Amino acid sequence: MLKTFPKGGLHIPDNKLSEESPIKTIPLPKIVQIPIAQHIGTPPEIIVKRRVRVRTGQLIAKATSMISANIHSPVTGMVMKIDNFTDASGYKKPAIVVKVEEDEWVDGVDTDKSLNENIDYSKEEILSKIKDAGIVGLGGATFPSHVKLNVDNYSTKPELLIINGVECEPFLTADHRLMLEKPKELIVGIKIILKVLGIKKAVIGIENNKPDAIDILEKEVKTDPGIEVSALKVKYPQGAEKQLIKAITGKEVPFGKFPIDLGIIVYNVGTVFAIYEAVQKNIPLIKRVVTVTGKSIPDPSNFWVRLGTPVQHLLDMAGGIPEDTGKIINGGPMMGKAVKDFSIPVTKGTSGILLMPQRDSIRGEVQACIRCSKCIDVCPMGLEPYLLMNLTEKVLIDRAKKEDIMMCIECGSCSYICPSNRPLLDYIRLGKAAVKNELNS
Amino acid sequence: MSDSVLYTVGSLSGLGFLSSFLLYLIANKFKVFENPKIDIVEEMLPGANCGGCGLPGCRSLAQLLVESEDISEFYCPVCGNDKMKEIAVLLDKSIPERKPQIAVLLCNGTCDARKPVTTYDGPKSCRISDLSIASDTDCDYGCDGFGDCVAVCAFDAIHIDPETNLPVVDPDKCTGCNACVLECPKDLLELRPKNKRNLKIYVACKNEDKGGIALKACDNACIGCSKCAKICPKDAILMQNFLAYIEADKCTLCRKCVDVCPTGSIIETGFPPKKVKKQESAVVQN
Amino acid sequence: MDSKIIISGSPHVHTNESVKKMMYKVIYALIPALLISFYVFGLSALILTVIAIASCMIFEYLIQKYLMKIPTTINDGSAALTGLLLAFNLPAGLPVWMIITGSLVAIGIAKLSFGGLGSNIFNPALVGRVFLLISFPVQMTNWPKVFENRLSIADAVSGATPLGYMKEALRDGNITIDEIMNKLPSYYDMLLGFIGGSIGEISVIALVLGGIYLLWKKVITWHIPVSMILSIVIFSTIMWSIDPLHYANPGFHLMTGGIMLGAFFMATDLVTSPMDNKGKLIFGAGIGLITMLIRYWGAYPEGVSFAILIMNAFVPLIDKLLKPKRFGA
Repeated sequence: MLKTFPKGGLHIPDNKLSEESPIKTIPLPKIVQIPIAQHIGTPPEIIVKRRVRVRTGQLIAKATSMISANIHSPVTGMVMKIDNFTDASGYKKPAIVVKVEEDEWVDGVDTDKSLNENIDYSKEEILSKIKDAGIVGLGGATFPSHVKLNVDNYSTKPELLIINGVECEPFLTADHRLMLEKPKELIVGIKIILKVLGIKKAVIGIENNKPDAIDILEKEVKTDPGIEVSALKVKYPQGAEKQLIKAITGKEVPFGKFPIDLGIIVYNVGTVFAIYEAVQKNIPLIKRVVTVTGKSIPDPSNFWVRLGTPVQHLLDMAGGIPEDTGKIINGGPMMGKAVKDFSIPVTKGTSGILLMPQRDSIRGEVQACIRCSKCIDVCPMGLEPYLLMNLTEKVLIDRAKKEDIMMCIECGSCSYICPSNRPLLDYIRLGKAAVKNELNS
Repeated sequence: MSDSVLYTVGSLSGLGFLSSFLLYLIANKFKVFENPKIDIVEEMLPGANCGGCGLPGCRSLAQLLVESEDISEFYCPVCGNDKMKEIAVLLDKSIPERKPQIAVLLCNGTCDARKPVTTYDGPKSCRISDLSIASDTDCDYGCDGFGDCVAVCAFDAIHIDPETNLPVVDPDKCTGCNACVLECPKDLLELRPKNKRNLKIYVACKNEDKGGIALKACDNACIGCSKCAKICPKDAILMQNFLAYIEADKCTLCRKCVDVCPTGSIIETGFPPKKVKKQESAVVQN
Repeated sequence: MDSKIIISGSPHVHTNESVKKMMYKVIYALIPALLISFYVFGLSALILTVIAIASCMIFEYLIQKYLMKIPTTINDGSAALTGLLLAFNLPAGLPVWMIITGSLVAIGIAKLSFGGLGSNIFNPALVGRVFLLISFPVQMTNWPKVFENRLSIADAVSGATPLGYMKEALRDGNITIDEIMNKLPSYYDMLLGFIGGSIGEISVIALVLGGIYLLWKKVITWHIPVSMILSIVIFSTIMWSIDPLHYANPGFHLMTGGIMLGAFFMATDLVTSPMDNKGKLIFGAGIGLITMLIRYWGAYPEGVSFAILIMNAFVPLIDKLLKPKRFGA
């Protein structure tokens, strides 16, 4: 019996079209556009000016407050503009535009691909390296990693490290390919994190639809008694932090608490790899694996992408933009954001680019709620989405708050399953925003 | 037979008396004293519970009007000065007069001027669409046209014009209650002074982008050229973030700025048509 | 819509399920029972079904279009389903105007006056049936004998339902259950549906098959049928073991009357049943209990319809009190 979380969840057609395609390094685009707001927390301060030449890996925006992260130039070239550009949020935000000339790395970076297994840095050194490299959670939450890793911030002592290799979103295969191709680096990365946290035990959670990744990592961890691989039953949204913890340890993180309150820290495999590169190779976070996929895409692939690369460039590399494109999604189909056009850049939080054909993009006609209770059955947080939507629609925000609207993790299961096509999550998001506004004012 | 009828009638009326007596006792016990004037004042208020006074409803305003010493801070825009004075006299307090106001839409991004570049597909609500995207056009600041303001208006004073897809405020019905101003997620509605013939001049744009970007997004955008600010004899026009704003207190409605605006983002309403009139410079809304 | 890029909030994929598909799945699930009723009651059952479905759909269309002035929803299959379920709850050979009246009550009063699909508190088909049962008790308990007059629409020779016969016999007294049982159809006939009753309730096996189909297709969950049947079995077993001379055994109770139709199709009506699983269990148990109370001590021989309607009234309360367990709580 494979482990999974008990309440809610559902099975969505996998559609992992790019599963078999190895991660390719693609040529640099002509320009990159690096948004400043790529992570949760304060945006960093821009420290370059127009018409300045920057090198690959050079710091271009410096973290300003505690919860913030550095941003480095992903290419070598001239800073053309510093202005507001529409990013994945749909709003214009400040960004740095660099015209790409070549790929000349800053000094001190080890670009050699060989594996470096010896961790000969102290805890403090590792932390400061991670901070300098501007690493944030690459699973999508984009929370600055050095804050999460700093044990001194917590009152509870960490006991267990969970590595999130679930990738429960349909279509996306970036983490899957990374686990297949860089297992040794991942294990070193895990050891680095274990060292910083001062603990011995780590569990890698992988869903059972990736048997090859499970095999390969199980072979790698045979020599390490502290690290184990846990195969999980396929169920969306198992990649959500709280659901993953429940699946692996059986413990539930209460509302308002964090995993660390149970002594658990969760890291995405992508982040682990970035930490390996930052610590062992001095490479700042300027690239990530992005899955470019979609049913109408000629050649669904996984790419090593420099941050700031326009989506257009990735699609050109994947065989061009299909004619009937109806939606461009930054992320997976369940939680990703529909973006405005092909000029949107890849940021630290972009795990995939999904194109949907016109016919799949349009939502069905909204009908009355028939109280089928499917939304309650699938909600992994034990909420009542139908009720939250009704309350928000009638502007009963206080009652929605009492019904725990803030617990919603926006996994989209309710909207997915609703036979009446009701925009449950849209209204729940509105209700959450209203509650947040009320708290702020 | 008659016995059972009597028994039934007797027992039921007895029960009735008993329960009414109990109710009387309980009502007395839990009675809350309220100033009877509150009811009178509430009766005088419009009863629309629109929130224009900044309070949850008419009763809360009535309560505060009756109970507070100083009521100069409270005002019901829907009642207007005459009615408020009446209430003040009744309560033997004084209330300062306020200028009547009317809601004005600070966006002129009509379908023709501001071409949509994407299609939003989801609940038809400005607030919800704003969670996914700024707008279907290239302007991040303009009206979404889903009519959250229409839904919130308690006086049926706002309607979406199907041709421009922008809300239109009916000056006769608008009471200046501020509900739409609070509702609009993009702060596109503003209360401006209402005068007899509904004469208004205002910059119908909130686009803070640079002129070129703004103009690319919308033909009617304010590009921040400052021409109006320079020509204004009263210094009533503020320039900030590539955007002009006409201060209503200083504006004398001389209309010089309207003529000088290159994009037609300054709107005048209520004026008689000019003899020589450029096509772009006078977009009369109502 | 032209070929602009479409923007909407996540999620961007949707299940294949729709209200229409769910309604049609329920209709498919009812087909075996419908065929048995045609076989047993012949032409009159066919006429009853056709008229009930047609009038329900016509009333829904007319009321929505001309009274409520909203887009009509007759295509979603819910009106057809209400009509079919109403027919299932009526005896064959009922006068046509009564069927139409029942449909009007079901659609007009029980469904659309509450706001249409999704807003009704009471099961429309059952409201229609109970309205007819109270208004026209003679015609509504005029059960045609099985396998007679199958090809004519003339008034059939009336028989009795097993439950009705038992109630009468027990009321007359001086007779034990065993003697009554000997005069009733065999369990085999009850299982297949060769007994008197409303056209849809007679065949246990066809209804259970339909119910299993619905469970397999995930239109309904197991909670309501199981808790309802279980509570009936427990209650009737207790009574039977106390006094086997005057109370029939649980098997008899399960196989007669509308228990199976009620458990799988009427009580599980999505709109009028609770949302939470615990609530569903309580709802089902309540129906079972009230049904048995009516069967044992009520004026009517059968009480499933009343029990479901009574429990329908409790659904808002159940929904309010029983919430799913929040994650981490």
